[in-house]
Amino acid sequence: MRQVTSALESHSPLQHGILHVTIVTLVIMFLIMVLVFVLLVAASLRYRQGRRPGEPDQNFGNTKLELAWTALPLLLLVCLFILTVIAMRESDPPVASASGADPPPDIVAVGHQFWWEFRYPAEGFVTANEMHIPAGRRLLLRIEGFDVIHDFWVPVLGRKMDAIPGQPNEMFFEASEPGEYGGTCAEFCGAEHAWMRILVIAQAENDFQLWIRQQQSLPPAPSEPEAERGAQIFRTTSCGVCHAVNGVSSGRLGPDLTHVASRQTLAAGRLVNNPVNLEAWIADPDKYKPGSFMPNAALSEPDLSALVRYLETLR
Amino acid sequence: MSEVRVALPTIRKLEEIGKRTGIFGWVSSVDHKQVGILYILTALGWFCIGGIEAALMRTQLIVPENRFLEPYTYNEIFTMHGTTMIFLVIVPVLLGFSVYMVPLMIGARDVAFPRLNAFGYWIYSFGALLLYFSFFAHDAPAAGWFAYTPLSEKPYSNLQGMDFWAICLVIIGIGTTATALNIIATVATLRVKGMSIRHLPLFVWMTLVNSFVILGAMPALNAACIMLLVDRQLYGHFFNANGGGSPVFYQHVFWNFGHPEVYLMIIPAWGMISELIPVFSRKVIYGYAVVATSTVAIALLSFSVWAHHMFAVGLGHTLDSIFAAASMLIAVPTGVKIFNWIATMWGGSIRFTTSMWFAIGFLLMFTIGGLSGVTFAVVPIDWQVTDTYYVVAHFHYVLFGGTALAVLAGAYYWFPKITGRMLSEPLGKWHFWLTLLGFNLTFMVQHSLGILGMPRRVYTYPNIPEWNELNLISTIGTYILGISVLIFLWNIIYSARRGKIAGNDPWDGWTLEWATTSPPPVHNFDDVPPVKSARPLWDLKHPEDPDWLRKSKKARAKKGR
Repeated sequence: MRQVTSALESHSPLQHGILHVTIVTLVIMFLIMVLVFVLLVAASLRYRQGRRPGEPDQNFGNTKLELAWTALPLLLLVCLFILTVIAMRESDPPVASASGADPPPDIVAVGHQFWWEFRYPAEGFVTANEMHIPAGRRLLLRIEGFDVIHDFWVPVLGRKMDAIPGQPNEMFFEASEPGEYGGTCAEFCGAEHAWMRILVIAQAENDFQLWIRQQQSLPPAPSEPEAERGAQIFRTTSCGVCHAVNGVSSGRLGPDLTHVASRQTLAAGRLVNNPVNLEAWIADPDKYKPGSFMPNAALSEPDLSALVRYLETLR
Repeated sequence: MSEVRVALPTIRKLEEIGKRTGIFGWVSSVDHKQVGILYILTALGWFCIGGIEAALMRTQLIVPENRFLEPYTYNEIFTMHGTTMIFLVIVPVLLGFSVYMVPLMIGARDVAFPRLNAFGYWIYSFGALLLYFSFFAHDAPAAGWFAYTPLSEKPYSNLQGMDFWAICLVIIGIGTTATALNIIATVATLRVKGMSIRHLPLFVWMTLVNSFVILGAMPALNAACIMLLVDRQLYGHFFNANGGGSPVFYQHVFWNFGHPEVYLMIIPAWGMISELIPVFSRKVIYGYAVVATSTVAIALLSFSVWAHHMFAVGLGHTLDSIFAAASMLIAVPTGVKIFNWIATMWGGSIRFTTSMWFAIGFLLMFTIGGLSGVTFAVVPIDWQVTDTYYVVAHFHYVLFGGTALAVLAGAYYWFPKITGRMLSEPLGKWHFWLTLLGFNLTFMVQHSLGILGMPRRVYTYPNIPEWNELNLISTIGTYILGISVLIFLWNIIYSARRGKIAGNDPWDGWTLEWATTSPPPVHNFDDVPPVKSARPLWDLKHPEDPDWLRKSKKARAKKGR
């Protein structure tokens, strides 16, 4: 699975402005750096000891020159500041004024230790770690922190925003074309901060609507006996305390599992989602993500494979 | 000859203590030189510990999904690396040079409050030990050196690590504040006759400004630590959103300290550079007044830029723009300094000693760090790269490429004064070039890592080919840097015993510390030369062209016109 995570790429109109001002600034800074380096090297080469006898002429300073190298950078920075303010408005347009009074968010992203919950309030479902969005449509994203401060960051789509408990943030969010874009939690949030990755899947409007319908529907009840036994295990062990499966359990402390088998990764990007990895992950979460709150359920070998068989039906 | 002003009882005490030798002599000393050496050596020791922590982190990150360190251990180590380097290394080593050099440079016998000086050192030393004791209490702090709430609060850091952290920072802060007060009092009251504020050596100028920054910044840190302790120990809710507190409030208080802290970790280093570039260029500092006053401007501005650490918090565009403007503004006086230092070299007759090499290395590396700093003031760039490896690269260019290289330049410059022997120049050149190579390998690539999307403070990362290569290069750079530190340690140990005898004034210097023996006697000076300008020894060595005469000539010429 190949994801673009570079801030020097843009797949969103909201990132264009950032990319533009980034390149302009980096070029200016690079030129100043070259100027300073050239001056320094020139001074070092020209004024080595031994060219002239005795002490060199003692020059105490020159007010005009010093004023010049105070004023010129100041002027440059004023220009840079203007560019900054323009780019800020372009890449992070104010939420309230764009469409009148506070509009309801399209998606709510909630940072948990150590995974992302994505709620779709209008459509009425919840998913985790993978956010599907319609390409070319500007969405309002609400970002919340469940426990500690996290940060929602998908570099190719624009700015990052902190997910703070008790202080929700809002920003616009858009991908210009379909594709898969990688991101991550960018604020240190504890032991497994490294594995709190985000996958944004931008889809054409039709595909997105299909996905919405799939997420809204209940997964079919398991038909084969092994999977049925797995569903029984899911209900009778503690899985449902933390994990919701619509129609079965309503835990909210861990990722919603209603359609877990349709997702690409497990444990917020830690593992590729396939039956083998799923079984390994449930058997020993600490092996892959020590510090995550997923407990080792200590299931027997047959119970474990039955449970996995059941979870694989959740599409 | 001028008189040396110091309270009489202090002199008696000093002479009596000067006779004590051995460990007891060091432990009981209130001599500013011994306290200064203790500060510097202790900081050097912690630097090695912090360096080992850095090597452990880079080893963990050498390949993706490495299992060398446990996640929690990694978090403890990066927290302690940051806390160590900032509070146990950079600030103390600068204080050490300050308390050693300031009295000598202003022709005093000691600092104003010698006992307070020793107290400042020892409380720092004990605070540092207590902080590291947390490892033996099985829970070193692991919420980062910035200890953001709510992560640092009891529900999310339930062992004692954060309590150790908060308590030790307050304790160490007491020592820092005491020493800052001491330096201000020393400069205010113990200057030799003739040394007006315009004749202060620039190192003393900047140390003085720095001490005021310390006094301004430390209360905010203490407030943050105490409130955190109240939350943790007394079930307070300053930063607890559920109890009506605000986690963001902590960030405001912390960075209100944290950003001045960034500057107080470099201002005295600028002072060192302002001393030794003129001496090794054989030319007076270009624009003394501008170099001095730009420091004051930076010190004042440093208290009004803190929220540029918080652009991702969602403070709104108005606040973001104001802090962006202030942050850009602070680049102006900083840039002025760079140009003035280069102008000092221009037209000089440069001696390429190891010390000067480090100073030139400082100018190059600090320029990069300063320029990458400006990019954070461009708010949209900050929205992308804050909390990534780009930030790690930036502040290491400022604190290692800036402060550390300047302190090393200062170490090669003043080691002869402090020990009476020269540091080895051939070893020094090896040290310099390996440092420059290792440093740039380690941190240059981290700019790219951050822009390519790698967040900081992660114990591992997914297998992304571009990241893998850059991380490998960075780790190799760290090992080279480690070798360069070993060379430096060997140079110190070897040269302190066998180095070339330095004599009083090996660099043909211009400030008062070179007018006494190396090392200086307990009472510093038998006689202090007359001070009529910022370069008293230049005046002494060049009676035909003293600085003070030139100035009065200029003044007369102006009047005549």
